[in-house]
Order: sequence, then C-alpha cells, then structure tokens
Amino acid sequence: MHCLEGKAHKLGDHINTDLIIPATYLTTQDEFELGRHLFAGLEPEFAKKITKGDIIVAGENFGSGSSREHAALAIKGAGISCVVASSFARIFYRNAINIGLPILESPEAAMAVGDGDMVRINLAEGKIEDLTTGQTFQSQRYPDFMQKIIDHGGLVNYLKEENV
Amino acid sequence: MSVTRKIIAEHAGRESVKPGEYAFVPVDLVLANDVTAPLAIDEFEKFDMEVFSRDKIVFVLDHFTPNRDIASAEQCSYVRQFALKKEIVHFYEGGLCGIEHVLLPEEGLIRPGSIVVGGDSHTCTYGALGSFATGMGSTDIGAAMAFGKAWLRVPEAILVRIKGKFRRWVGGKDLILKLIGMIGVDGATYRSLEFTGDGLASLGIDARFTVANMVVEAGAKNGMFPVDEKTLDYLNSVGIQCDQMDIEPDQFGYSAEIGIDLDELSPQVALPPTPENSVPVEDAPHVRLDQVVIGSCTNGRISDLRQAAEVIKGKKVARGLRLIVIPGSPRVYKQALKEGLIEILLDAGAVISPPTCGPCLGGHMGVLAAGEKALATTNRNFVGRMGHKESEVYLCNPAVAAASSVTGTITDPAEIV
Repeated sequence: MHCLEGKAHKLGDHINTDLIIPATYLTTQDEFELGRHLFAGLEPEFAKKITKGDIIVAGENFGSGSSREHAALAIKGAGISCVVASSFARIFYRNAINIGLPILESPEAAMAVGDGDMVRINLAEGKIEDLTTGQTFQSQRYPDFMQKIIDHGGLVNYLKEENV
Repeated sequence: MSVTRKIIAEHAGRESVKPGEYAFVPVDLVLANDVTAPLAIDEFEKFDMEVFSRDKIVFVLDHFTPNRDIASAEQCSYVRQFALKKEIVHFYEGGLCGIEHVLLPEEGLIRPGSIVVGGDSHTCTYGALGSFATGMGSTDIGAAMAFGKAWLRVPEAILVRIKGKFRRWVGGKDLILKLIGMIGVDGATYRSLEFTGDGLASLGIDARFTVANMVVEAGAKNGMFPVDEKTLDYLNSVGIQCDQMDIEPDQFGYSAEIGIDLDELSPQVALPPTPENSVPVEDAPHVRLDQVVIGSCTNGRISDLRQAAEVIKGKKVARGLRLIVIPGSPRVYKQALKEGLIEILLDAGAVISPPTCGPCLGGHMGVLAAGEKALATTNRNFVGRMGHKESEVYLCNPAVAAASSVTGTITDPAEIV
C-alpha cells in the first residue's frame, strides 16, 4: 500500500488562513506560485524549508478563518503531502478534501510528533508513524461520504464519475 | 429541529435531518468575488457543463477593487469575460458594486428559508434574514455553479438567548464580540448559532447583519435570526414579501444554550491576535493608534456610519492618525451623503473610500507598516491581517472607532460625547 513519508513541520493551534497564505497573494490560482508563499504570515521564507513530501503537524482548529481554497492549494503546491492536526476548521477541511489534499485528524499525533521528526503515513488505514521516536497513532476515520470524495481524488472527479 | 436543519430538510426533500448526516441539496444562490471566482470558474470548466442558472449565480468584484494592481485587474477581467459569456444576470463591479454582504440583501437577493453558498467565509451574514447561508471554497462554488447543489454535513445548533436592551454606544458588534469571547474561536465549530429572546427587539436589521457576519469567527457553519417585524419591514423595503418565522427553543433542536444580557454589555474591543480576545472598552490598553477603519461587511452599513458621524461631529481626527471610512455599498454611500454624514466625516479629517473590502484583509486602501496599530470595525485581527506581520489590529464597533480616531487611543465614546 502506498505510504507518504516526510519530515514533520510542527505548528501550534489556530493556524489561520491569513498565516497560511496572506490575502495579498490571492492574485493567482497557480498552486506552485501560491506554494512559494506558504506560511508567509508566520515566516516570509518558510516555503524554502520544505522538501517535497514533507508533512505538517499542527494543533487545534487548523485552517480557521477565510474560505480561501488558496490555503489548501498553497499547502499542496509547496509540496506538503499531508496535514495532520488535532482538529480542523470546517471550511478548510472541506477544501482540502475537495482538492485531494490528504488531511488526518489525530490529537495524539499532533501532540507527540516533534518538529523535524520523520513521519510515515498510511492514508488508507489512517495510520501515522513517527519513525524518529517509533510511536504510532491512529487517526479518525472519515465519514463514508467523504471517503468517497477522497477515493476519487477530489470533488470534481467524484461528481463527474458518480453522475450525481 | 433547529431552523437551519428545517431549511436543509426542506431542500433535501426529507421529513427531517439529524446532525452528522450528509445531504446533497439544491441551493438558491451561489456567490463568489474577484478572489474566489477565478478559481471557481476554473473548477466549473472541468465539468464541461452549462451554468445551472443565469440568475442564481452572483459575482461581486469587491475585494481588490477598484483594481489594486495588474494581477487583480486580470482576475476581474477573467470573471467579467465569463459573466458576459454565460450571461450572468447578477454581475457587480464599478459604480454598481458594493461589499458583497452589504450589497446582496439590498438587491433583494436574499430570502428567508433559502440556502445561499458563497465563496467567502462571511456569507453567513445572511442568517440575519433567516437564510441558511454559509461560506465554502472555490471548488464547492464551481460545483454549485454547474449542478446548483452543494454537499452539506448537517450541523448541530447552539441557541443564543438574548435579553435586556443595548446601552448607549453598544450594538451588534459588541454582542458578537462578547459571544466569541465567551465560547472561543472554535466554540461553535460545525454548529449553527441561532438567536432568540426579547433582547432581539434591541437589534435593528444592521445590527443583525453584524452579528450574523461574525458567527464564523467562532467557527460556526452559519447564524440564524428569526424573521420578525423588523425583518419583514426590511424585506418589504427591498421588494420581498414573506411570512414570519420564529426560533423556538425546542429541546431537541439545540445541543447547548447560551444567555446574554444586553443590560450588562459594554462596548467590546477584541485585542490582537484573535477575535476571541474581547475585553470591555474600559479595560482596553491605551495604545497609540496609527489608523482607524470604519467599514467592512461587518459594520459598513448606514447605521454604522450614522453612529460614527454622531460621535465625531464637530471634532477632528488626531494628528498622525489616518481615519478611513468605507461606505459598504453605493446605496449606503448615497444615503450617507444625503444625511450629511460624509461632510461630517470629511470635516473631521476622514478619508472616504469607495465601497471595497480593501484594508480589512490587507489588500489595499489602508495597509499597515511594521509596528503600526489599527482599530477597525472589521471582523479579523489575526497576525498580519491588515498588512505587515508586525502590525496589530484591534476590533470594535463604529462608535468606539470614531471616538478613538479623535483621541488617538482606544476610547469609550461616552468619554468624548
């Protein structure tokens, strides 16, 4: 089964969309261009620290604030393979699922995984492994309906293929 | 069921819906702006379908307009071309354009009992008129443009019971800041916030728009007000006839109940860096302000400008401070002109901006430099919200904003009027 593996970038609670992608950058729809400014609200050059495949590990209420889908796109465009958080804000949660950005909810992983730890994720099983410490965590299952959207790689594919 | 669930059930063609269930429902209105529409259009084109309706899709070019730079001009151009090609009826820009959540009710586009989805988190504003209105991302909006439907997870609801009467200089903004302070920025995540109680008599329609506007800052999916005489008066004035709708505290409809007494409420100020950091104005720090903004989809309506003008009349903006006033729509602007409010504000030394979201999200028309502090009637004060990440934003109501623009520091209007 295909697994994601990458370095963890650890963030705190309430990482809002103005931190993820400040509004002033919302003049492009290109995910790579957006990705260059990922987390510019936290650190102007944050995106430069990202290697393709890296994972974000964050606290509560990740993605709160604006409905801007550009936030999920910027994360994808910067090369992040998955966001693990204690909990997600609702619009960001929808956006990530809709564009096929993997997200997993796990308060235990969010607390225990350290910044810089190597993490392996099995999306199908919702299993998160901290390779640096040896700990494993189980994330919340998606509701069936969401799982279908995820299995199709996003909302557009789901709607096209399911002929709803 | 909560009112929100009743609306969802009706649209889904079901007797009832339970929290946590999923429904793919037809929607009555689909909204996007110059920032969210381009992406929504791209997603829409992937379906290779026609738009589901020419008159249930609304584009409002309000965020980075009048065009703030070439990239923004190109975004507007992209949306404009699409709107022309698809013969979209409700396309707003230039002199017809206002801040979307001020404009749409004025245009008679929002009906009680409707479902409105918008590519903007403050779409929840329309809950003031008894509509189930919620913000979504561009892919959801693109799909809604094609199918006229949206997938929803049915929310639980919290009942907010209001009693008492607003004191002088206290209004809707203070009520919602107080509520967010009580429950936190994720206190209502995935829930509806439905308002009831005798205290609602104190809330005019503009105050209800303000309250419903900021429910998203507590993580809520939507806000909901009853449709009472005030709502009916407003709806009649924009050409809509409909029935009253009460919000009854049915014990199964609500998972929690919160009470707020307006008699005890003072003007609130939300300290940076989060809207939940609200304190009574008397406890706000005496910071030196560089900029004050009165406007936005939260407080850019005629009542807000009247309040500001009443406080500032005959006084002058403090030296070294920029006061920027943004009427929320052409109608608001014109009404303010007629009532002499614009002259009062100009005489005080305010900058009058065209209707735009502008500085609220650090776009244009009043961006902050490092170290600057602004007091604003907007809805968010996250780090870097209005400009440099080393600037700060405090949130308040229009009366406090006006008073503070005179003294140069956060001030209770009662101290200077």
